[in-house]
Amino acid sequence: MTTSQGARSDGGGAEPGLQEQFDATIAKDQRIEPRDWMPEGYRRTLIRQIAQHAHSEIIGMQPEGEWITKAPSLRRKAILFAKVQDEAGHGLYLYSAAETLGADRADLTERLIEGRQKYSSIFNYPTLTFADVGVIGWLVDGAAICNQVPLCRTSYGPYARAMVRICKEESFHQRQGYELLMTMMRGTDAQREMVQDAVNRWWWPSLMMFGPPDHDSPNSAASMAWKIKRHSNDELRQRFVDMTVPQAEKLGVTLPDPELRWNEERGHYDFGTPDWAEFKRVISGDGPCNAQRIARRRAAHEEGAWVREAALAHAAKQAARAGRKREDQSAQEGAAA
Amino acid sequence: MSSTGSTRNDWPLYEVFVRGKRGLNHVHVGSLHAADDAMALSHARDLYTRRNEGVSIWVVRSEHIAASTRDEKDPFFAPSADKVYRHPTFYDIPDDVPHI
Repeated sequence: MTTSQGARSDGGGAEPGLQEQFDATIAKDQRIEPRDWMPEGYRRTLIRQIAQHAHSEIIGMQPEGEWITKAPSLRRKAILFAKVQDEAGHGLYLYSAAETLGADRADLTERLIEGRQKYSSIFNYPTLTFADVGVIGWLVDGAAICNQVPLCRTSYGPYARAMVRICKEESFHQRQGYELLMTMMRGTDAQREMVQDAVNRWWWPSLMMFGPPDHDSPNSAASMAWKIKRHSNDELRQRFVDMTVPQAEKLGVTLPDPELRWNEERGHYDFGTPDWAEFKRVISGDGPCNAQRIARRRAAHEEGAWVREAALAHAAKQAARAGRKREDQSAQEGAAA
Repeated sequence: MSSTGSTRNDWPLYEVFVRGKRGLNHVHVGSLHAADDAMALSHARDLYTRRNEGVSIWVVRSEHIAASTRDEKDPFFAPSADKVYRHPTFYDIPDDVPHI
């Protein structure tokens, strides 16, 4: 990313003391702000992470959005509308944070629809039944909360502030999902089977949301040193499992992992290993819905082009009209005087 | 604040300030893109006040904001650092003087 800001801070410590100042700010647990000097690697890592995060929110509108017209009641439809609107909002908060680093919004969108930037693997799985809407709220948003709460203290100010807003809203997402599932579990056998089936399909992909295991996560060390990241992938995954097992018991569903059991010694649940080969396949573009998700995003972008252009033309016309009015007024005032 | 030029005819960037409730200042909450001021206001409402976060919104084109830069930081703010006599604790007043 070459921007005037980026170019200025390039050049390997040409301005003495800046690196020290940056390191000291990080060491004191203070925030880095947009106009501060920062190492190029820090800026690049943040742009990549925030953009991927934003893309995930935007693509994440699709799996659930499919169910808005098929929601079984007006109440569920209104809730789903609000939730999907929130996902759009989260994407925009994050794009806004990325722009403070010198990234360009339109450029980020292009990178997404050309497949040059990634988004969370979870959104490449299909939503087959309405129970999937509930399970996404419970497990996917639950995992997102585990990931995002520590990001509220991430070292880059605008990212941390965006995460605070997002976390406030995620709680609604998780609770509406769990409530939806509780309602279905109180229903018929067929509904209960639907919930269990959805849990079976979403459990492992949810665990993959925390990223590869620590020994296979090459970027983690730098992110931890820069305090962009506060906990390792495996730590967060464990936290999610510990949090979720009692919720599953209360709901009356079985998590599809024969190795899942409480470990008294560790004080944590032991659990099986996700299929990392599947994770790599899906993240590199070969999941069940990757092509469809990108095609839909591209279509929305291209079909919306005339709206963006028309709005600009309208704005230009309004500005010209306001300018003429001002000229007329000053001409009249001149004549009167 | 974006620093790349708008070569694709993109909507300009606006900074958004929200007054949370009466009695508080407007606070910067983030940015958004819009074609004009009116659209920026309605986008700001949809984006930053979906849950009663505000009673008043200001939007301003990002390019219209002038800001102190990091290069100026130390000398720029220096005048406020070396005038201890601006603070009430600079003055010794006996403990038995009431209400001061």
